[in-house]
Amino acid sequence: MSFWLVLITNSIALGGLLFVLSTGFSLIFGLMRIPNLTHGSLFMLGAYCGATAINALRMNFWIAALLSAFSVAIIGALIERFLLRRLAGKEQAQVLLTLGVSFIVADICLMIWSGDPISVATPGGLKGAAHFFGFAFSLYRLGVILIAVIIAVALWLMMEKTRLGAMIRAGVDDAEMARALGIKVSRLFTIIFCLGGGLAGFAGIVGAPILSVYPGLDSEMLPLALVIVILGGAGSLLGSLLGSIIIGIIFNFGNALVPDAAYFVLFLPMVIMLMLRPQGLFGRQMV
Amino acid sequence: MRTNVPAWAAAFILACFIPLILPAYYVNISSQVLIFSIFAVGLNILVGYAGLVSLGHASLFGLAAYAVGLLLGAGLGHFQAILFSLIACLIGVALFAVISLRAQGIGFMMITLALGQLLWGLAYRWVAITGGDNGIRLGLRPSILGFSLDDPAPFFLLTLVMCFLAVLACDVTIKSHFGASLIGTRDQPRRMSALGYQVWLIRFFACLLSGLLAGIAGILFVYYNRFINPEALTLGSSAEVLLMVISGGSGTLLGPVVGAALVIIVKTVVSGYVERWNLLLGVIFVFIMLFMPDGLVPGVTRLARRVLELRKRNLFSVNGQPHGSTYDQRP
Repeated sequence: MSFWLVLITNSIALGGLLFVLSTGFSLIFGLMRIPNLTHGSLFMLGAYCGATAINALRMNFWIAALLSAFSVAIIGALIERFLLRRLAGKEQAQVLLTLGVSFIVADICLMIWSGDPISVATPGGLKGAAHFFGFAFSLYRLGVILIAVIIAVALWLMMEKTRLGAMIRAGVDDAEMARALGIKVSRLFTIIFCLGGGLAGFAGIVGAPILSVYPGLDSEMLPLALVIVILGGAGSLLGSLLGSIIIGIIFNFGNALVPDAAYFVLFLPMVIMLMLRPQGLFGRQMV
Repeated sequence: MRTNVPAWAAAFILACFIPLILPAYYVNISSQVLIFSIFAVGLNILVGYAGLVSLGHASLFGLAAYAVGLLLGAGLGHFQAILFSLIACLIGVALFAVISLRAQGIGFMMITLALGQLLWGLAYRWVAITGGDNGIRLGLRPSILGFSLDDPAPFFLLTLVMCFLAVLACDVTIKSHFGASLIGTRDQPRRMSALGYQVWLIRFFACLLSGLLAGIAGILFVYYNRFINPEALTLGSSAEVLLMVISGGSGTLLGPVVGAALVIIVKTVVSGYVERWNLLLGVIFVFIMLFMPDGLVPGVTRLARRVLELRKRNLFSVNGQPHGSTYDQRP
């Protein structure tokens, strides 16, 4: 019983982490129509920056997390503004460009931080376990779930209640029409890349105490974000939330029950979704 | 455009002399170039002529390579192992195509990427069968007509023949009725559909041919290295072969061959000096996407044509001015 409860908590915590990672990916995809293949790299970059700030500079965990999220957000904005902007309208070239950038980032990380995995200690207040109904739960994982919920609510408020959110929704639905109405869609691109990059970097450092930081983390997280967006539908908050939780559960249960075929099980729901409903659970257009 | 048979024959005969002239090390590098040329020519059918960019092609290459390794390990002969691995590769690419051809454009890229990661994950995690990160080792290469393929020269000649057949197959396919309709589905899928063409089926056959060439390259690759591990199936490998196609010029017959030569040579030469090959790969990728999106072969062809035209004009002109303009002074 305890085994299953721990597994479920871990799954939902991973789902929350994946939500923070994939929601930016989904918004970028919905708005710009490109899968940002640097998203895994931004996640890894955030984790590395934060880990350095915490381990070498002895910074407080949360300050380090916010700082690294901020710097990754700037990097995301720079990638959009100075590289992708030059290829505006050529989606396939943009995707290949992000692929090239992801190689550059991965190799630079390997150069700076070497190939050894870096572990990050759990932040002070969240060490140990909480006891409910006689079962022990990892306090940090509960904290991650709480953070994901806060971010989800904040994003929902931003998308539904603010002018910026309305403009983004308009851009996702019909970029041409939004442009004709005077919305600067290209400025939205930069904003959304900044936001998505920041969230990815934040997810990276928040996930570091669970996953640790190592080369290849980027190419492990990117396919997860891809699958989540295919499941949930591009540009939909609710879709990426549900997709993340489904993938979090499948990933953890797969690793625990069928470790040899964990990846295979992971991609199965994607294949089924593509057969039955190619636009994803909540997407408006086909992926 | 008709196929220029004499030029082809001349190129083939010239290439046959490579093992006589160059030392074994360079012959082996040439074999690598040829193996990856087959791979890139196969991918080019999808990227260049069908307009479908696959980011999971290395997994088909790896599938065939692993199949050979496993079947040889199970005690099958070389011929049977190769035959069954090609069949396995075709079944694999058919499944790939059925899933990923539900989308096109960006969706196709995403799905092939995810499928490629799936096969990579299987090769990496299913340790009982694939040996995980340690991979699979092969014994000696077989011999053909009494020539042992363990020598660099006969192996080079074998890959040369296969590469020529691959380029020829691509040439014949593209110039056929099928090729024309394939290009049609790339440029105007809706019109093609309205004209009664089965767009899906045309793309499906293009996938099969492309996957078959990837499989052949994978089999040659596993015999070349006598070793295969999950590294060959990574997204990095898929990106590398895509870089070959795009840097050489997608949608041209010889672009992928030029691209493969460029990437393999740069990789082999550069890796002797620096460790950071991936960084260079990424930088070349970004540079080509930004400044030379149609690749080397079209770029150089355009340049050469311009130079030729300039020279022609100089030959037939007086004082550097074209002939006609000396007496035709009207504004």
